[in-house]
Amino acid sequence: MREISMERVNKTREEMLGVVKSDVLTHEQKVANMANLADSLLEVLDLPEGLDDLLNKGIDEQCICDLFEGHAPLRPRYIIPDYEKFMKEGSEFLQLDPPKDLLEAVNNLLIFYKHVPSVTNYPVYVGSLDKLLDPFVQDMDEEMAEKIIKMFLIHMDRTILDSFCHANIGPEPTKAGFIILKVIGQMQDAVPNLTMKVDKDLTSDELLLAGVNTALHSAKPSFANNKMFESELGKDYVIASCYNGLKLGGGSYTLCRLILGNIAKKATDVEDFINDKLPYVMDIMARYMDERIRFEVEESGFFENNFLAKEGFIHRDRFTAMFGLVGLADAVNILMEKEGKTGRFGSNKEADDLGVRIMDKIDEFNTHHNNKYCEATDNHFLLHAQVGIAQDIDVTPGTRIPIGEEPEELIDHLKVISRFHKYFPSGTGDIFPIDATVHRNPEYVMDIIKGAINQDIRYLSFYGSDSDVIRITGYLVKKSEIEKLENHENVKHDTTALGMGAKHNGHILERKVR
Amino acid sequence: MSNSLKVPVNRIIPFSSVDGPGNRTAVFLQGCGFDCKYCHNPETRNLCVACGRCVQECPTGALTLVDNKVIFDYNKCCKCDTCIKVCKHGASPRIRWMEPAEVLEEVKSNMPFIRGVTTSGGECTTYPEFLKEFFRLCKDVGLTTLIDSNGSYDFSKDRELLEVTDGVMLDVKAYDLNEHINVTGTDNKMVLQNMEYLASVDKLFEVRTVVVPGLFDYEGTIAEVSNKLSAYKTNIRYKIIAFRPNGVRQEYRNYNSPDRAELDRLAEIAKSKGIKDINII
Ligand code: SF4
Ligand code: SF4
Ligand code: SF4
Repeated sequence: MREISMERVNKTREEMLGVVKSDVLTHEQKVANMANLADSLLEVLDLPEGLDDLLNKGIDEQCICDLFEGHAPLRPRYIIPDYEKFMKEGSEFLQLDPPKDLLEAVNNLLIFYKHVPSVTNYPVYVGSLDKLLDPFVQDMDEEMAEKIIKMFLIHMDRTILDSFCHANIGPEPTKAGFIILKVIGQMQDAVPNLTMKVDKDLTSDELLLAGVNTALHSAKPSFANNKMFESELGKDYVIASCYNGLKLGGGSYTLCRLILGNIAKKATDVEDFINDKLPYVMDIMARYMDERIRFEVEESGFFENNFLAKEGFIHRDRFTAMFGLVGLADAVNILMEKEGKTGRFGSNKEADDLGVRIMDKIDEFNTHHNNKYCEATDNHFLLHAQVGIAQDIDVTPGTRIPIGEEPEELIDHLKVISRFHKYFPSGTGDIFPIDATVHRNPEYVMDIIKGAINQDIRYLSFYGSDSDVIRITGYLVKKSEIEKLENHENVKHDTTALGMGAKHNGHILERKVR
Repeated sequence: MSNSLKVPVNRIIPFSSVDGPGNRTAVFLQGCGFDCKYCHNPETRNLCVACGRCVQECPTGALTLVDNKVIFDYNKCCKCDTCIKVCKHGASPRIRWMEPAEVLEEVKSNMPFIRGVTTSGGECTTYPEFLKEFFRLCKDVGLTTLIDSNGSYDFSKDRELLEVTDGVMLDVKAYDLNEHINVTGTDNKMVLQNMEYLASVDKLFEVRTVVVPGLFDYEGTIAEVSNKLSAYKTNIRYKIIAFRPNGVRQEYRNYNSPDRAELDRLAEIAKSKGIKDINII
């Protein structure tokens, strides 16, 4: 382990004391922050030359961001346990037998969740809940089933204190799936986030419509293009965290992101960006990720010692890593200006074409970079359109069109995004607030979803423009909770602070209503 | 295709959530024989007479008068609506004369996100020949077809049109003859005849009444219409629409909007007469 300066140690100690004394952080948030600060003192990774200059900069200059993963990763960033196996076999470590009824099933799951680590210390994936619970609701009193599932979901919301926690339902209709949608529609809770996998051959109109109605009231589920994900990741994929496609029984070692706008600032023109500045940064980020992965696999001991691996709920060879990016729109607009052109991303064909050219370049780089621990995805990372963090100022999430510049007509918006979703098997998505009058015509939203999955669009979210729970960038937050935080009251979910940042820096309340 | 099928298109809304089931492209044609006091699009009623007033007022030079015709340059228009506000003739200079195939081309660019088209107005049945050809083309590409109509056109005499039309959304503006004349300037014999005829051949998708307190006995209208419709087996939707002043001409803007309780009361009346599908907007 490398030496560090006493100055840095003292600075970190000051920050730790600040955390201890904070009047807004809850106890759990303080503990997590303390751990992160302690970790920041470790220096065990063999960092690529040039990284420091790209990584440790303010948000207006930074080109690579590692999203608070710490200096010595003690677990993979995202872990996707095989809950089906857990339901079938129970767990020796947790001393749990396979459940025999619905109560045992939800109790076992709630216990298991407390033992699933992640970058946030809370599970980012809690299972395909309809499939897990369906066997137990078949011959049961429906009202009782609803009550138990409702309590199960409330328990999750009040104890999993982070909205990067995701459940899946679909694509097939199930009794449990309808119950889940019904009870979620009665609540307006942020956790768990929910995705419905949609497949034109498997999903019934009834299920899709139930999903739309629930989404207009509770801002979830979001809708994932099942055929698209299956063709890339196989049948055993799940949607976790914000909207990340990953393999069941695996996960993602790490996620770093390119801040494309800041890389574009350094370029003289389009050719310089494409042929020099961008490849230089991509190469360093990829090698940085390689090193993080090497440490996790070869040194951390996680895959040898954690019960999830020992009991086969996860397999090291089903993990991959996410090569993220933000600010495609920013980069395009900066480069267009440097070329003396006025067209902007999202409303100008030439600008959009440049966006495609940049994405092709990133995609090509990724398919030529190999990492031996990413066997699950042909030894390559997966591209990820990252949704941004609260600290981002003037950084547009992923490949989205900046808020305030959305095309007047939704059809033109959809046509732009359909050019970009295909690049991101490990996640991208666009979000549309929907006018309340549509509550009386949910089939309007259903038609758009059906069209979208026919047009290479991967993932869509909707929420009622008058709803309290809203989708920030990927995760959900309540407007009422943001207001509490603005008044310096404690709030239970750590993502509320991110939502407040996004409200002030990302203008998410000003999205164009459809 | 003969030139006679060109119609004045006021506008095309690519995605509409309020013009029938699901997501539809709505095509608004220019021209209407009624003159409803509460018309929200008064500029869609008449054709331009080239008086030139809007040409002078347009702030961006998007309009020019050439050979006694107003020419509209879409790319210069900033959508300020000055032209339709100053027009004294209930017209708009921003129309495009289009063939059915041209309209279809625009509609097609919204596929596969839409399930169908709705033609509206003005009064789209002013152009039945256009509708027939346009709907035939829509059917060929798998889209459903709805007509939004004030009921002035005799549908019973145009089997051919109904064959390519999936349903009609019919405005019943007032049930009483004199009230209808007061509201629209026209009698309603054909409207009521259409209501029953379309219901009997299962082409009546929806009936709508705009509720304007103080203008007419809307309660009586809703009760009578519900009574008539309940005789038919099909599940016809009744859309009860609250008057809203936006778009309405200055001189008629002073009516009040009904409150929610009043609308709920009306829905109850329709329900008690046997209407099952009621939509309050
Ligand atoms: S029928 Fe419709 S378009 Fe014609 S005047 Fe009445 S409200 Fe306006
Ligand atoms: S649109 Fe109206 S104001 Fe303009 S030229 Fe025609 S009639 Fe005159
Ligand atoms: S809306 Fe009418 S007045 Fe305004 S710019 Fe366009 S054409 Fe001119």
